[in-house]
Amino acid sequence: MRVEQFLQDSSRRFPEKLAVVAGDKRFTFKEIDDASGRLAAALGRHGVMRGDRVVIFMDNRWEAVVSIFAVLKAGAVFSPINPSTKADKLAYMLKNCRAAALITLEPLLPVARDAMAGALSVKLVVVTGAADKPDVRGGVRFEDALAGPGAGPLTDAAGFEPDLAMLIYTSGSTGVPKGVMMTHQNVVAAATSITTYLENTPDDIILNVLPISFDYGLYQVLMAMRVGATLVLEKSFAFPQAILNKIAAEKVTGLPLVPTMAAILLQMKDVKPGAYPHLRYITNTAAALPPAHITRLQELFPQTRLYSMYGVTECKRCTYLPPEQLAKRPGSVGVAIPGTEAYVVDDAGQRVSPGTVGELVIRGPHVMQGYWEDPDATGRALRRVAFLTEKLLHTGDLFRADEEGFLYFVARKDDIIKTRGEKVSPKEIENVLYALAGIREAAVIGVPDAILGMAIKAVVVSTNAAMQEQDVIRHCARHLEEFMIPKFVEFRDALPKTDSGKISRRLIDPQPLEAAK
Amino acid sequence: MQTDIEHKIRQFITDNFLFREDRAALSDTESLLDAGVIDSTGVLELVAFLETEFGLAVDDADIVPENLDSISKIAGYIKGKTA
Repeated sequence: MRVEQFLQDSSRRFPEKLAVVAGDKRFTFKEIDDASGRLAAALGRHGVMRGDRVVIFMDNRWEAVVSIFAVLKAGAVFSPINPSTKADKLAYMLKNCRAAALITLEPLLPVARDAMAGALSVKLVVVTGAADKPDVRGGVRFEDALAGPGAGPLTDAAGFEPDLAMLIYTSGSTGVPKGVMMTHQNVVAAATSITTYLENTPDDIILNVLPISFDYGLYQVLMAMRVGATLVLEKSFAFPQAILNKIAAEKVTGLPLVPTMAAILLQMKDVKPGAYPHLRYITNTAAALPPAHITRLQELFPQTRLYSMYGVTECKRCTYLPPEQLAKRPGSVGVAIPGTEAYVVDDAGQRVSPGTVGELVIRGPHVMQGYWEDPDATGRALRRVAFLTEKLLHTGDLFRADEEGFLYFVARKDDIIKTRGEKVSPKEIENVLYALAGIREAAVIGVPDAILGMAIKAVVVSTNAAMQEQDVIRHCARHLEEFMIPKFVEFRDALPKTDSGKISRRLIDPQPLEAAK
Repeated sequence: MQTDIEHKIRQFITDNFLFREDRAALSDTESLLDAGVIDSTGVLELVAFLETEFGLAVDDADIVPENLDSISKIAGYIKGKTA
């Protein structure tokens, strides 16, 4: 099965059923299927071929859902990129994957145009919301693309299951994003496994406010289309009451969260316990919820099953805790998802006994094919093991298991910071800091934060005495995505070094934080 | 009085959020969300500011875009609460 068949099958089974709710717009499966077929045909007419990479640079909107399936129907590979990405980084990714096309929205066009200046592979830019023909190389209005005829079903010659379906860029410890390669088989395996343990059905109504550039958000789209459930897309969790109102109005049954969103929900004073009886499940991933938050969520949503989960982009999802285990082991992220294996090994690759900390490794049909054109990083993550036919994914996360095999996250092996549910490479931020005139030394660390999980702190040595915290943050905001911008900046005279003279993030003493409100 | 409320809100937003952006000004009616000026933690900070600065108790039900998503909406909300 290929991923676009999720939508095509649901459209055949439930043509008139509600597929996507986005703002005040509502679309049936047939409408999304038709629109994506038309866009696929337009991509083909403009030269997008099988295997070409197409970057989707959009926020959570219905056009993004249509775009994902259109790219797949055209036999191409989609890469969703966070809409707060700045031109330099977008340019890097466009060049890295030699994107053939870009699909975006009018307000992001200036960023896209800057990024394309150095990315000559991009021949087509489909823009939604543009009044006239978009003023960019290869510019086409999304609305015009949709006005043409639709594409027929793909033949095997135009694409089959082992083809690459998507490229998801993720932060690496080197500070340069890496493209995680997922085939149709990988995506179908992951989506099937997850919808199995969540027991998703066509009756589900899933509210997704997580960015679709983030695999957790993206899979909400894919899984809803797979089971024929309704997807309610929201752009922001900034107004949690508005989200709760939407949950009530749409009778939402599934709500994916990250710990930051849970913390924000729990800060609300007036949520009445039991007010959302339709909500069948809440999922959490990215980092474990504090046990106190689990208790509070269960009080507020007594009819709702709460799933603690854990994943890495390299295999989408690793583990989930069956909700009935939550009371017994609130700190655990559970067991391997159905049809896969997850266990802890030592440095020699041997399985360790319960209670011993080691690296979590993953086996299964959901494991990526590697990082796009990065054999070294691929070789470190995917390792050949004597008795296995496939390669074993090394997550870079330290775990332990209890006597019954339930897994517990311990720490990252590298310095990657998890903030607001996203992985951030300190190196990537340090690279940006060094580009600010006057910065002589820079180190980025995570400091505990009740809302963000970890907050990003930049510790810098500046030769410019007039430099202020705001100057540093403004500079970062110009070059980094929203979630990577440091919350705190500290100026020092010197940074601690290792014996070899390298700046040591670990030797920087995190300052005590103001208590969260 | 009117300009004072709007001025204080604008000052808070400029000091705390707008300095990140490469832009000179934000219109009174522009959506803070759409402009990328404010996010989830930003709204929490904004509410804490309104409660301290104007001595209000902001109910959860009031923390919605209709009340807080632009400088003029915030000002209107405060005037309604303090009237």
